[in-house]
Amino acid sequence: MASTSSTWRRNQQRLAPWLFLAPGIAMFLIYVIIPIFQSMAISLYQWDGLGEKVWVGLGNYVELFDDEAFYTSLKNNLIWLVLYLLAIPAGLFVALFLNQTVRGIRIYKSLFFFPFVISQVVVGLVFSWFYDPNNGLLNLGLMALGFDPIPVLADEKWVTYGIIAAGLWPQTAYCMILYLTGLNAVDPEQIEAARLDNARGLRMLWYVVLPQLKPATFIAMVVTVIGALRSFDLISIMTDGGPWGSSRVLAFYMYEQAFSEYGFRMGYGAAIAVVLFAIMMVYISGFLWKMYRDEKGR
Amino acid sequence: MFPTPIEKTAPATRIAYKVALPVALTLWLLPLIAVALTSVRSAGDINAGNYWGWPTEFHLLENYTAIFENTPIGQYILNSFKVTIPVVIGAVALSTMTGFALAVYKFKANLLIFFMFVAGNFVPFQILMVPVRDLTLQMGMYNTIPGLALFHIAFQTGFCTLFMRNFIKALPFELIEAARVEGVSEIRIFWYVVLPLMKPAIAALAVLIFTFIWNDYFWATVLTQGADTQPITAGLYSLNGQWVAAWHLVSAGAIVAALPPVLMFFLMQRHFIAGLTLGAVK
Repeated sequence: MASTSSTWRRNQQRLAPWLFLAPGIAMFLIYVIIPIFQSMAISLYQWDGLGEKVWVGLGNYVELFDDEAFYTSLKNNLIWLVLYLLAIPAGLFVALFLNQTVRGIRIYKSLFFFPFVISQVVVGLVFSWFYDPNNGLLNLGLMALGFDPIPVLADEKWVTYGIIAAGLWPQTAYCMILYLTGLNAVDPEQIEAARLDNARGLRMLWYVVLPQLKPATFIAMVVTVIGALRSFDLISIMTDGGPWGSSRVLAFYMYEQAFSEYGFRMGYGAAIAVVLFAIMMVYISGFLWKMYRDEKGR
Repeated sequence: MFPTPIEKTAPATRIAYKVALPVALTLWLLPLIAVALTSVRSAGDINAGNYWGWPTEFHLLENYTAIFENTPIGQYILNSFKVTIPVVIGAVALSTMTGFALAVYKFKANLLIFFMFVAGNFVPFQILMVPVRDLTLQMGMYNTIPGLALFHIAFQTGFCTLFMRNFIKALPFELIEAARVEGVSEIRIFWYVVLPLMKPAIAALAVLIFTFIWNDYFWATVLTQGADTQPITAGLYSLNGQWVAAWHLVSAGAIVAALPPVLMFFLMQRHFIAGLTLGAVK
């Protein structure tokens, strides 16, 4: 007993980190890291989730190349990715608007942040109803202005944009809070110096303020891109991928293929997930690369 | 300060700003205000198409008691708590340890393990879906609350580790060194020196994780089914199917589902924002 305790004592600085890490690493390996590789393996089989797996090699991927629905999803993912980024300038705009010290401004800031706190299921319900073709506020407004009503969620042309608009609501709130925090840390002396040099308005924003907001912009980019590629909840709630699958994205199409009324196609679903994972890995690697540089620079 | 403080501008601008604030807020929250108003409307109003005007009668109690009496919404809410609370405790407990280990000790695999947590936290859920569902089935935990909670604990450990590690890294390292010189064991350093300093980080993470898990919809649909186990997000989705065009009930349900995270946010606002904006300032 004495010898084990002295071994521990002598080596505890080497052993302690592993002791602290063990439960976290074990859980993370079992539920996150290993499943990624399992999914890659499953994507090479045909499997209904219960019976025997049948090896098909790259068959699922070959099928993807000819799948109209896959291209629709991919295209919609691209639209999501591009339009979702609007949350960043929008969030900056709101943050600039609210970055004052008048009375009650803190309550305003919290209330503007509200949409991010509530579930996307609720956001989806709220917006489905906002778009309601008969009595929705959007169409009442359009009709009041003399336009024809647009059944946004039933129209292939509009549906994806309608859902993205709903997603932009909470995402803008998120970016706003990031920028408010960033603005708080902007160096007031630099602002005053620039003011003496007659910089104001947009020039001031562009040349003096934005460079100092870089960390906030970076985080906003990361969370917005990841959020765009993860979009699932709103689509499931608002349209269930419809009309005729026109609002699907990869995340949703994968779920639909893997288990839905059309039968369980786990292998094919996994192949879609692998494609989505590959797209995301581009961003994740970029993020890790920047973190690595920051760590080395310390 | 940027933009120019409003007190230093012309009086006209000041008044314009004071007017613009509430107007902008009302427009911003219009969808939510409408939902809140709808949740107290009578069925008659809904049928008559009075969606946006002032309610003819206020059915606050009727509508809210109706959803609790006629649907399992109470059970859904209870399930949400049963999933969320253990996840908050579990994920925070695991990540204080992993964060401590990665922030304090220098060893070869340190950065690699840290990056594994960070990268894993960003992967799309779909790449985990089939194997995790399969694993949960094999453990006999499919459609159980612990089955759902276990996955969430593991997944949230990624984000929490990132958060905790950076927080501990910013603490003065001299404290730990001084304790070591005194001969305090590593475990006691963790418990008596570092953990008390982590209270703000723990509070921030707890509110964030609470909100994330409460609002989770995807995993709830993948790992549970039916009113006995499903949390409120998934429950609301199925109730929405039953309440076709009964918008006053849908709205009341939505408000009930949104309430706990909203309360959490207002009570713990400072911590919540500190958690979300981690890294937004150098």
